[in-house]
Amino acid sequence: MSEPQTALPPVKRRNAELVMTLFAIAITLFAMIEAGLTRNNEMPPDLFLYAGLFGGLAILAHVFIRFFAPWSDPLLLPLAVLLNGLGIAMLWRLFEATGDTDKGSAMSQLVLTAISMAVFAGIIFFLKEPRTLQRYPYIMGLSAIILLLLPLVPGLGQTINGARQWISLGFTSLQPSEFAKLALVVFLSGYMVSKRDVLSLASKEIKVGPLKVLDLPRMRDLAPLAAMWGFCIIVMVGVMNDLGTSLLLFGTFLAMIYVATHRSSWILLGLVPFLAACFALYPLVHHFSVRVDTWLHPFADGIINGPLGANSQQLVRGLFAMAEGGLFGSGLGGGKPGFVPEVQNDFIFSAFGEELGLTGIMVMLMALALLVERGMRIALASKEIFIKMLASGIAFLMAFQTFVVIGGVTRVIPMTGATIPFVAKGGSALLSSWVMLALLMRMSNNARKPAPQAIQDEGMTQVISR
Amino acid sequence: MNTPIRRLAVFALALFGVLLLNVTWIQVFQAEALRTNPHNNRQYVDRLTEPRGSIVIGKEEVAKSEPVGGDSDDLQRTYPEGPLYAHVVGTFSTSGATGIEEAQNALLTGDDDRLAVRNFVDTLTGEEKQGASVELTINPKVQKAALDGLSALGKNGAAVALNPKTGAILASASVPTFDPNEVTSVTDAEGSLKKWQELQESENRPLLNRAFNERYPPGSTFKVITAAAALEDGATPESTMDAPASLDLGAPLPNAWNGPCNGGSPDSLAHSIEQSCNTSMANWAIKVGGQKLSDQASAFGFNGDEIKTPLPVTESLAPAETDRNTLGRAGIGQANNEATPLQMAMVASGIANDGEVMKPYLVDSVKDADLSVVESAQQERLSTAVSAQTAEYLKQMMVLVTEGPDASGPQGAIPGVKVAGKTGTAEVGDGSTHNWFISFAPADDPQIAVAVVVERGNVSGGKLAAPIAKKMMEAVINE
Repeated sequence: MSEPQTALPPVKRRNAELVMTLFAIAITLFAMIEAGLTRNNEMPPDLFLYAGLFGGLAILAHVFIRFFAPWSDPLLLPLAVLLNGLGIAMLWRLFEATGDTDKGSAMSQLVLTAISMAVFAGIIFFLKEPRTLQRYPYIMGLSAIILLLLPLVPGLGQTINGARQWISLGFTSLQPSEFAKLALVVFLSGYMVSKRDVLSLASKEIKVGPLKVLDLPRMRDLAPLAAMWGFCIIVMVGVMNDLGTSLLLFGTFLAMIYVATHRSSWILLGLVPFLAACFALYPLVHHFSVRVDTWLHPFADGIINGPLGANSQQLVRGLFAMAEGGLFGSGLGGGKPGFVPEVQNDFIFSAFGEELGLTGIMVMLMALALLVERGMRIALASKEIFIKMLASGIAFLMAFQTFVVIGGVTRVIPMTGATIPFVAKGGSALLSSWVMLALLMRMSNNARKPAPQAIQDEGMTQVISR
Repeated sequence: MNTPIRRLAVFALALFGVLLLNVTWIQVFQAEALRTNPHNNRQYVDRLTEPRGSIVIGKEEVAKSEPVGGDSDDLQRTYPEGPLYAHVVGTFSTSGATGIEEAQNALLTGDDDRLAVRNFVDTLTGEEKQGASVELTINPKVQKAALDGLSALGKNGAAVALNPKTGAILASASVPTFDPNEVTSVTDAEGSLKKWQELQESENRPLLNRAFNERYPPGSTFKVITAAAALEDGATPESTMDAPASLDLGAPLPNAWNGPCNGGSPDSLAHSIEQSCNTSMANWAIKVGGQKLSDQASAFGFNGDEIKTPLPVTESLAPAETDRNTLGRAGIGQANNEATPLQMAMVASGIANDGEVMKPYLVDSVKDADLSVVESAQQERLSTAVSAQTAEYLKQMMVLVTEGPDASGPQGAIPGVKVAGKTGTAEVGDGSTHNWFISFAPADDPQIAVAVVVERGNVSGGKLAAPIAKKMMEAVINE
């Protein structure tokens, strides 16, 4: 590979990470204090508990990294802690501060954060070489599909808010699709490593006269794409009612195949049938057409107070909340986020918009963007193809996930339902975010670690002449 | 391998860029539009606890906020006069606002930019934001006369009174009316909402402001516009026109009394107005032509853009007819002509004000919490409808309507005062008639111009509507 130097400098910068992490903890606690003072004119009564637990956890994670991944990127952990902390502070403001914890609570989010961080540490500790994941691509692919379909198993699956994407484990419920996305990225990385030459080289040229218009891959190489495409449509249409996941899977899949083959024809090949299927399904599938109609005309009379009202009502009220926030927001605790139905899920973003204003949202988006771009940086700096694929896949997954959910809430694209990494409420979402972070950390550590020194130095080879 | 990764990184950044631009668009550029979006009841719910300015009519607060009591911070909007001003003042509750409560919401809450300096000072001194109070031009006596008169008939209808010199709306009544207190309760929001839905579904449409937003065929009151067009076209009050007992306009058009207007000979314009002659006025309309007649109506405000008083007023229609039969009927206010009561009051006030139609307005002044005036009404001319000479001729002819030997509207006359008026009996098409009366008084120094319509009164404008108009005019003249 005769490519420009992209390696990260071999510096540890662990102290910088510590300072930034402390800063992120402070922001979280101050956010809670502000919410408490604004809403109830008192400091949050359980502030020290949160400070101890959340701060302690974050610092523990940092110390752990110092020992077990000392060369990793120092920006990743503070950004994750900041986002996670903001999420906890907002949930605290929504539930604990109002004394109504039926629909969610910051405390349970904190416990889930603790569990997620433990898994994060476990992955960093046990997965010394991420490339070992490369060995079982098909198992990974299969498990992705199984995970996706798990909610359809009778007795195990649960339908929450109209989408069948949950499984109940008795004591808690999980969203297996959160992990399916990860499994898919790992599977694709492994699969591409063995197949990328075929995919990118063997092709049929389509010519118009003497001009080459497009290189089409061979039919047999198209199989994974077709299978993937068909599967996404089935998930979308099917019983699952989970548009967000299918969009995510498909977007990530296209991005990774592009990275592997460096051929835009693949993107075209994926997008055209996808869009065609969307158009074809629009009149057929009810919940899909509802989402699109809501997106196109949220304020239309027939929609906002029609049978689809709930959907449009939520979107429109989210927009109203953000408009109310304006540039600087009403301050945490000063707004009326409860006006948006089900604000604790996807629409937590509009609550941020209302209370922290455009300024706060920009901070959040920039933090997410930084996280993504650092992930891309790791992909650039790594040497192995599999690691490159994995890192860029994870980074893009984070970016696209953010785009799908925030774009849905702010009417860039139709609402599909996904989770903002690290911020969203819920164990599955948190856990998968921290798992992604752990993989990135481990990969960046390996990429930045200086090459081991040779043990012996025998100097120049000497020619001995007799 | 790095090139596609770089591109993917740029693409991911572009996704974030789109999100950033979009939230900026929503929270900065679209914010104001979203905050005032009619679907956004947040603006009302948020305001339950905020002090809200009063709406004042004749030194009396007709809408004010009072604490609910108990341990709630909520404020209850009350309307001491109940149904009297319902359509003008409107309602304000958690589910939305109507009338002036909606149109001037930003001023009443204190969010309007014109109050920004004051609010800033308040912020510095640590005082709570105060809403401005809005004073309306309505004259309580005229309003009561209008509503009592209409209610006594037991029929639906509307009445509007203007100050012809300024355009100030002195009264705007619409029957049936409703009690705003019943639909704005904070403590019994459910009951209020139910009541509101009942009113919405009621056949008589009590929520409709008939004075501003219902169009009726103007009937014979439109004849003053036909006469105006004829005078502007060169005729004089003495110019004559054939006035048979019946005119063939596709179907026969008779006079109200089934006889000719002047014993069979051509009738003068002045006498045709005085006794409201159908056949001669239809002939005048045909002579003047559809385009000129329509233009004359437009000069009085027909076919115009929506006026904001600040309450929106529905546009009145007087299209240019080309067909002779339709044109003849249009000349006597039938066919495709439709007018709001406010529009007909504007016709009367235009003639009263030497041909100048003033823009009607409801808000007299806006005062902030210190009672210093934030804004006071700007009187503006809407149009010059006719020349001063024509206006004078029309005035004389309309005076004959109430005092002439063949007067069609003597019920509108006030002893000792010259009243100019015009009756109207408009056919609805199902055999019943709307009864109209437009007038202004005193004729030599007009202080009030009135339009009254009684839906399906089935008698005549002189009988039903003129007495109400008379009472309204007296309320001002005898002050």
